[in-house]
Amino acid sequence: MKWAKKDLLAISDLSSEELLILLDTTASFKEIISRAIKKVPSLRGKTVVNLFVEPSTRTRCSFELAAQRLSADVISIEKSVSSFTKGETLKDTALNLQALNADFIILRHKSPGAALFLAERLQASVINAGDGPHEHPTQALLDVFTAREKLGDLKGKHFIILGDILFSRVARSNIWALLKLGARVTLVGPTTLLPEVFREVGVDVCHNLDEVLPEADAINLLRIQQERQQATLFPSLGEYTKLFGLNMERFKRCKPDVLIMHPGPINRGVEISSELADCENSVILDQVTNGLAVRMAVMFLLSGGQLPKIKEDARKGTSK
Amino acid sequence: MNALVLKGGRVIDPSQGVDEKRDLYICDSKVVRTLSEQPDVIDVSGKIVCPGLIDIHVHLREPGQGAKETIQTGSWSAAAGGFTSVVAMPNTNPVADGPDTIAWIKQRAAQLAVVNVFPTGCISKDMAGEFLSPIGQLKSAGVVAITDDGKCIQNNDLMRRALQYATMFDLPIMDHCQDADLSNGGVMNEGYWSTVLGLKGWPNIAEEIIVARNAMLAELTGAHIHCQHLSAAGSVRILRQAKARGIPISGEICAHHIVLTDECLKTYDSNFKMNPPLRTQADIDALIEGVGDGTIEYLASDHAPHCEFEKEVELDDAPFGILGLETEVGIYLKYLVHAKIISLHEMIRRMTIVASDLCGLHKGTLKVGSDADITVLDPDLEWTVDKHQFLSKARNTPFHEHQLKGRATMTIVGGKIVWSLENGLVSHS
Ligand SMILES: [Zn+2]
Repeated sequence: MKWAKKDLLAISDLSSEELLILLDTTASFKEIISRAIKKVPSLRGKTVVNLFVEPSTRTRCSFELAAQRLSADVISIEKSVSSFTKGETLKDTALNLQALNADFIILRHKSPGAALFLAERLQASVINAGDGPHEHPTQALLDVFTAREKLGDLKGKHFIILGDILFSRVARSNIWALLKLGARVTLVGPTTLLPEVFREVGVDVCHNLDEVLPEADAINLLRIQQERQQATLFPSLGEYTKLFGLNMERFKRCKPDVLIMHPGPINRGVEISSELADCENSVILDQVTNGLAVRMAVMFLLSGGQLPKIKEDARKGTSK
Repeated sequence: MNALVLKGGRVIDPSQGVDEKRDLYICDSKVVRTLSEQPDVIDVSGKIVCPGLIDIHVHLREPGQGAKETIQTGSWSAAAGGFTSVVAMPNTNPVADGPDTIAWIKQRAAQLAVVNVFPTGCISKDMAGEFLSPIGQLKSAGVVAITDDGKCIQNNDLMRRALQYATMFDLPIMDHCQDADLSNGGVMNEGYWSTVLGLKGWPNIAEEIIVARNAMLAELTGAHIHCQHLSAAGSVRILRQAKARGIPISGEICAHHIVLTDECLKTYDSNFKMNPPLRTQADIDALIEGVGDGTIEYLASDHAPHCEFEKEVELDDAPFGILGLETEVGIYLKYLVHAKIISLHEMIRRMTIVASDLCGLHKGTLKVGSDADITVLDPDLEWTVDKHQFLSKARNTPFHEHQLKGRATMTIVGGKIVWSLENGLVSHS
């Protein structure tokens, strides 16, 4: 099968086959970036625009570096310096970038659907780098890629996604990716941040972390945003940590080889205790490294690159 | 003398209990019994001739937002939809909270509108929900109802006083039922689709809680309260219970709320963004049941024009509202009459004499001597909505290319044909 989509907007849009192509391609790029010369000419002469209407340093840097490793020309625009502050619409900004012949627009935006909005109006390939609480597909890809490296095939593996599910684009992308790969997913968080209606997508919903912790193969923590407290969604960070924070005591009841994942940036001492963030089970930094390979793979495929032949062990990742 | 006969149609006039095949005579601007001179003859055989339809909930955007719609273009749109009278909401710019603005609207309508435009005034000054507007002066200036539509009065004490005060002027109070905290930031129905799409939800309870409050305040004050554009199943249940207890409360639906669900938002198309939002099939079923059993008597559009550029933005930032006047009759005929929820006679009754009586318009009848406001309908005409053909200034409809059954074919206001399907808008001064 050949890659046919112009854009990468959401994991929910992808077939399982497309998801596997993305992961396979990531495996070969991971090989490339571990070489001495880390740069390939795949996107030479192409222009990549990082349009970050909502700031995110780590995602922007990852995309920037990925584009550079593919030899593309990269421009990064952040809200503070863009004409958005002068009242220009998203559509106008995008049309201007198109007039400059941008080949890729990587959009981070506060509004769900913003990436689709652009993709429908532009010839350039649009990559969704997070559209409000909707999706963050490259994050999900790097998460499942990392999990596959450590756990092998994810079929039947049990993932806990823990935290502020309601407002999380990471959760919304990861749920789809994990379900498409046959994993079992349990969402955990306070009732106000985790509506029951999530069950309708085919996941379990639980409000008691201690109940499900021992069954998990991986725990994907989400960042807790402090402003939620003021929005009547939970009483205090202290109470959240008491009920849902991952600490050493809870960790002792987990499977010994449980994976601890977090999209970053971490609130040490809130959603996770500092010692656990740095422990052997934590793959938080592997996630960052894999993010680079994932983003190279995505841009490579969207530019029409052929699926490279790779070895089976690279495909599944080496088991720890 | 200007004499006209509509020949060979089936005349349905619920105000007189009439449903028969007969000719209808018009002389100058009135319906007459017979004509002494040679009339112009219009063949309407095979069609329905009824009192001019009335829409009690439209936004004409003037003063202040003429780029979206004007009183003139809004009246064209109404005529093309089969309406001879519209009740215009006061959330203009400036808002219609004083007699000067009402006078301006009335003058403008008299000069430029091709249908009757009845203004409403605000409940609260500046529509800020804090102080009563000068309701007595608004009445003198000619408003037919008061409402803060677009917003909902959150202060229960103010709402109570407004109801009490309005009883002196025999003005209905209409309310846009939306609790501001429960719907805060919401852009679509709260449920499965808002969850999957990551959009902020606006739950049913935000409407239902205000409908319940309104029922209690209407009971307390004895003043009539009309709940606008109901969308939620619970609202219908509360309304039904309140009416059964004899509380003076009424409810209204808008055409889109009985056809489209929140799933339509899955492409993030802002033409499906409206307030209140599209709900679920269960809500639609409840609304239709409410229309069928008479709990909800009023059928309206909430015609809400916006410029294309305003809607062509991220869904979060797009304004709420869609066009309604030119698709409304086709939707109600298809989804209420052809679907056998209510009879054609009943639909016409609600969109004529019932609507007129709510706001004291003295319209909605073909009695001899009444204003010759007449709509000719072809209830079986199958047609495809084409937004490019609209007479509204705006194009924000979710029904483009939708198949409908039934349509107005002619609109007569004050004895003059203002629009026909065959000839379009008839030239006017
Ligand atoms: Zn309203």
